[in-house]
Amino acid sequence: MIQMNNVVKKYPNGVVAANGISIDIQKGEFVYVVGPSGAGKSTFIKLMYREEKPTSGEVVIAGMDLTKLKNRQVPLLRRQLGVVFQDFKLLPRLNVYENVAFALEVIEENPKDIRKRVMDVLDLVGLKHKVRMFPNELSGGEQQRVAIARSIVNMPKVVIADEPTGNLDPETSWEIMNIFEEINTRGTTIVMATHNREIVNTIRKRVIAIEGGLIVRDVYGGDYGYES
Amino acid sequence: MYEMYTEVTTAMKARTIRRHFRESIKSLGRNGWMTFASISAVTVTLLLVGVFTIIMMNLNKVADDIENDVEIKVLIDIISDPTEAQAAEEQLMEEIRGLPGVEEVVYSSKEEELNLLIAGYGEELSLFEQSNPLNNVLYVKATEPQQTASVAKAIEKFEHTQEVKYGEGKVEKLFSFLNTSRNVGLILIVGLLFTAIFLISNTIRITIIARRDEIEIMKLVGATNSFVRIPFVLEGMWLGVLGALIPIAVVSIVYVNIFNIVQPKLDGEFLQLLSATPLLYQVNGLLLIMGVFIGIWGSFMSVRKFLKV
Repeated sequence: MIQMNNVVKKYPNGVVAANGISIDIQKGEFVYVVGPSGAGKSTFIKLMYREEKPTSGEVVIAGMDLTKLKNRQVPLLRRQLGVVFQDFKLLPRLNVYENVAFALEVIEENPKDIRKRVMDVLDLVGLKHKVRMFPNELSGGEQQRVAIARSIVNMPKVVIADEPTGNLDPETSWEIMNIFEEINTRGTTIVMATHNREIVNTIRKRVIAIEGGLIVRDVYGGDYGYES
Repeated sequence: MYEMYTEVTTAMKARTIRRHFRESIKSLGRNGWMTFASISAVTVTLLLVGVFTIIMMNLNKVADDIENDVEIKVLIDIISDPTEAQAAEEQLMEEIRGLPGVEEVVYSSKEEELNLLIAGYGEELSLFEQSNPLNNVLYVKATEPQQTASVAKAIEKFEHTQEVKYGEGKVEKLFSFLNTSRNVGLILIVGLLFTAIFLISNTIRITIIARRDEIEIMKLVGATNSFVRIPFVLEGMWLGVLGALIPIAVVSIVYVNIFNIVQPKLDGEFLQLLSATPLLYQVNGLLLIMGVFIGIWGSFMSVRKFLKV
């Protein structure tokens, strides 16, 4: 589902955020990406949804070679992916329903299908009763659940999450993790960058540790491995 | 194999076009004061452009009127024998009409000339009616006012011309003055246009910067560039239209009022203001087109920057 071969990413300011990363993530896997701040986690994540282009090497996501992908074709890639962020990135002027429906409107889905699909995913994240509320009326956990609903509403093959529990209290974080596990059991591949030691050590999954732009550890069912 | 992935279809569904229009109008309301700021910028600059254009077009008209008022006065030799005189006059008129650049030749007898003088300077001059010392005169107008001097020179060479007058020296100075002021006016208007474009597109850019998150999210969920861009561009168009309304109304009302006050005083003079139609249609059309163009262009350029997510 996700392959990287010898990927190097050098920023114009000289920072080398990826220094020869090779990885193979199969369909249906759940992968944590851990490592100290500034080690290259975010770049690793951004390379997957093509916010950043690699300086050299090869990135293949869901059968698309990102190094050969033209700018015009990037929307096609994004429609195969769901992306979740630490700061939720909801549109403040749209209510819960509109925020989720937005992801389908943008790809010009049929309005009849939109309603059903949106309500289905809001049911999955447990927010069916708050569809008319606006982001500022919701708690952090609820906002993140809306963001997750938006990321999966177009039935992506992969969900990429960049520290999705970073802004949430521990209890809420567990709720969010339950949702991700649920999505994963339905067959969606999940790649999650995280600093949450407790979660990684409790819900055991494949752990990829990145330091200095290199993969230093890749263990199935591994632990967090850093003092937090 | 990977190359088989083609571009996202650009043919847009009618439903999507309706959505873009709906979104662009909704967005005007949602962005309350930003919309207000943009419309104000458009309003102020277009008002300046409108007022200035009308002033310049009227000054231009005045300059044209002055130029067109320039004519050549040809004093015909006094010939005592009436038949001979008539033949000479007719021959001279034919010759002048045959010159290139001559638009009009009008004959005025010495009696008519005297009447003009009497009308201008008073009844005392009617003494001269007994023995009129004036010449019969031809008034010649050049097709292009600038040709006046060369036409006058050509006429001087003909027979039976006693004197050819056209305000030599003064006319050339007047023409060059009028040309300079026209050029200065043109430069000022072009300068004002650029200022308007700069000011308005800058304001629009600020409003779009405030909404970069929205653009980023659209791109992240797989929107094509044109899908992101079109509502913004339409919104820019509305800003231009709304911003042009007040200048159009103000310019029209004020000009009609000024015209109604000033025009009666100019009645019968060779200087005239431009009448409200078609002037106002032209200027208002210009303002509307400028508003729409700048709105669209400003939005287009500003969104472009944030599409690279």
